[in-house]
Amino acid sequence: MADTVWILGITMTKFGKHPDADTVDLAAEAALGALADGGVTIEDVDVLAAGNLLGAGAGIGQQLQKQIGQTGIPVYNVANACATGATALRTAVMAIKAGEADVGLAVGVEKLAGAGLLAGGTRAGDSDTWQPRGRYGAVAALDGRVGTETMPGVFAQVGMQYLHEHRYGGTPLELFARISEKNHAHSTLNPLAAYTKAMSLEQIMGDLMIAYPNTRPMCSANCDGAAAAVVVSDATLKTLSREQQRRAVKISASVLTSDPWQEGCQVLPDVNTLTRSAARQAYEQAGVGPDDLDLVELHDCFATAELVHYDNLGLCEEGGAVDFLESGAPYRDGRMPVNVSGGLQSKGHPIAATGIANIWEVCHHLRGEAGPRQIEGARVGLAHVIGLGSACGVHILERSAA
Amino acid sequence: MQQRTPIVDYLVLDGDPHLVASECEQCGARYFDRRNACAACGAAGGFRQVAIDRQGELRAFTIVSMAAPGIDVPFVAGVVDCGGTTVRANVVNTPPDPDHVRLGMKLRLATFPLGTDSAGTEAVGFGFEPLEQS
Ligand SMILES: [Zn+2]
Repeated sequence: MADTVWILGITMTKFGKHPDADTVDLAAEAALGALADGGVTIEDVDVLAAGNLLGAGAGIGQQLQKQIGQTGIPVYNVANACATGATALRTAVMAIKAGEADVGLAVGVEKLAGAGLLAGGTRAGDSDTWQPRGRYGAVAALDGRVGTETMPGVFAQVGMQYLHEHRYGGTPLELFARISEKNHAHSTLNPLAAYTKAMSLEQIMGDLMIAYPNTRPMCSANCDGAAAAVVVSDATLKTLSREQQRRAVKISASVLTSDPWQEGCQVLPDVNTLTRSAARQAYEQAGVGPDDLDLVELHDCFATAELVHYDNLGLCEEGGAVDFLESGAPYRDGRMPVNVSGGLQSKGHPIAATGIANIWEVCHHLRGEAGPRQIEGARVGLAHVIGLGSACGVHILERSAA
Repeated sequence: MQQRTPIVDYLVLDGDPHLVASECEQCGARYFDRRNACAACGAAGGFRQVAIDRQGELRAFTIVSMAAPGIDVPFVAGVVDCGGTTVRANVVNTPPDPDHVRLGMKLRLATFPLGTDSAGTEAVGFGFEPLEQS
């Protein structure tokens, strides 16, 4: 297909603590790595899309250019919560599809090591007289006084709501801890993960409680990291070497959605409807169904989130996420391995890097380069991210036939 | 009599305390914040104030152990279905543990003082408490 876009090169840095590297260092490491992986240079790149959520005003794209090559190409600095990396990739893909570029570079980077809880927005300060402020006329900060805005608490409710809707009769803490146990076990095979230690169910359940039922190891790990991808048009790929064509990964679907209005969606964020919509569009674009997937990297920012996305991405029957987990399907030796990288809970979640790092993991398997954690014969994979606000990115990737 | 102020402007303290929402006159979507137009249908025509049921059912909850400074932990945060309108609130007047807080439990609105400021005005907060003490 003429308008097919390919991933030519892709890389991620080690996720974890990088005290001696700043965001530009990490972005440069990832970008130079992706260019080298693709066998091209910055001179070949027609468009750059870059994201760094915590420094969204600083222009990470141009900062990066000043280190690796100021070639005068258009730069799009993007910010879309936890979907920032996927948005950067999609921006580069769109530029190629529009015919304005043949080669694009997408970069996501974040420095989060040591960051505390990521809280919400309604933090009107407490003054010495009660003054109504903001869109709710609030006289005090609402976080903690009128429900919670902390991420672990919001996503805990997302998981609990699913259990309520589907009349789950078991113990929520143990159920969600099992998801975390799976991902921490997976991480032992991923040398680039921030945490690579297996944890027992008892350890996970007995660890520090953050927001029931999410204990600390069930929350995504704040860390530093970057990821980058070089994308090319079909016509450009055809001019490149056989080896480049063999390692290229086809982007069969690239979809970004926001949340359509649903009752209650401005009270507790609705992470379901926009994910279902993105998945439906992605399967249609790619001409594949969930049963065709050999592996899935989904946005397990909390153990409670992973469960609902089994259902949202159509990996199981509607309402069947608990059965899907209990069947063993999402384990790396199961029918539909989910988060074989270790997921955000152990690999880590440097926000803007995550949406490209998930795609790197899938590409790694499709290219047959994943070493000891290789899913044998992987042909098709899906990568999903969601950022509150909300934004959802879904990409379906396929191994090259060349 | 002491001046009182609600924690948010959608809490009405006169008479039986209750919550109010802005309801879109075109499609019926309900909101608790100041509106520019309707996110559900796009209409900017107008909103009417509607009272929200004082009783509801707990649809989701979490027990927060790590929170911002000044917030006592653990506390129960939840989402309450009040006759079809979703409301965010803490679950109060019950021990904050999974044995006492259950999905689907029936709740009712409760108000409580948050403190008095230097001008002598008392702020009033709200939460939902179990309808039947277990
Ligand atoms: Zn409306």
